Amino acid sequence: MQKNTPAERLYNGIIAENPTFSLMLGMCPTLAVTTSGINGIGMGLTTTVILTASNMLISILRKVIPDKVRVPAFIVVVASFVTIVQFLLEGFIPSLNAALGIYIPLIVVNCIILGRAESYASKNKVIPSIFDGIGMGLGFTLSITILGLIREFIGAGTLFNVNILGKVGYEPVSIFILAPGAFLVLAFMAAFQNKFKVGAAKRGIDPSNPSCGEGCASCGNIICKGRSGK
Amino acid sequence: MKELLIIAIGSAMVNNVVLSQFLGLCPFFGVSKKIETASGMSAAVVFVITLSSFVASLIYKFILVPIDVTYLQTIVFILVIAALVQFVEMFLKKAMPALYQSLGVYLPLITTNCAVLGVALTNVQKEYGILSSTVNGLATALGFGISIIILAGLREKMETNDIPKAFQGFPHVLLTACLMAIAFFGFSGMI
Repeated sequence: MQKNTPAERLYNGIIAENPTFSLMLGMCPTLAVTTSGINGIGMGLTTTVILTASNMLISILRKVIPDKVRVPAFIVVVASFVTIVQFLLEGFIPSLNAALGIYIPLIVVNCIILGRAESYASKNKVIPSIFDGIGMGLGFTLSITILGLIREFIGAGTLFNVNILGKVGYEPVSIFILAPGAFLVLAFMAAFQNKFKVGAAKRGIDPSNPSCGEGCASCGNIICKGRSGK
Repeated sequence: MKELLIIAIGSAMVNNVVLSQFLGLCPFFGVSKKIETASGMSAAVVFVITLSSFVASLIYKFILVPIDVTYLQTIVFILVIAALVQFVEMFLKKAMPALYQSLGVYLPLITTNCAVLGVALTNVQKEYGILSSTVNGLATALGFGISIIILAGLREKMETNDIPKAFQGFPHVLLTACLMAIAFFGFSGMI
């Protein structure tokens, strides 16, 4: 597939470099808000909007922002969009705002957004950057929705709040929608991924290292570089 | 005094920052291979979170509220934290080189630790005063320290265990965290 076309960017974000399953980025919201499918979709789409907008603005400003202060500049751009989106949610979808709570302002420190700003948007043209944001965002949405649906299905017997297992006399295992369930479900998803050598393993990232740490460590390194250049 | 104690126990144990609020997961999984690095990281986190929740609540109370711009809290807090971390790093380098040697590598990583911003925002949300915010910050950070050091201890013990191939690495760390979360769930009736 040709590089940097809209279609290639979407495929890359959703499948090839899925931020949750192959890059292991953005673990905090992934585990925290996935108590139901609806919350997963809500968090994913909110992140997608912010990621797309910040990728667009950073790509537009990529020749204006001095290299030495680029990371603080990126943080301000992302934090501004997060604030705007937070107020839009509060005004128009208050139920989602209440369900996601503190994790909406915490999108600012989501490694996916800063990572894409640094590694893609600050180096590429506006249109591919927008589609890169949409692709990565949808990839994130897809994976946290799946995680949310699994937890909701086992923990409450419903899918998107539609009662499915309750009718056949299923007793919900409520620990799955509590904190330990998040770790448990993600552990099994990662084990399946290891087993079938998809994602990280296939591209030669050593699966015996928790790639999350590396992902976020590299986020930290981005910030180090930005600051040491000051 | 009693309220402060309740806040402290609540955020260190009952609502443990990592195991029940899912904040700061990256360092929790990333630097928990050895007890030594885990304790270095938790010392740095205790230091930065306590200081930043104090400074953030000062700024909130004496700058953001009087000029009526509380809606800027997310932007202001993240910039304050980033600046504070850098300032602490420079200060330690000059004033306390020994401490800098042991904490230095962990400090830059803390800016992206969502627990720091999370605590600052929680303090505002729960309308804590300056003293309660600082106590809450300290207790949250201690809770982080407790859980990361326990995880590091467990991982050191399990290093040579025979684990099914698919579960090696990240999945089995997650499973360990799951069991720890169940254990910490036992505190939930305390307050």
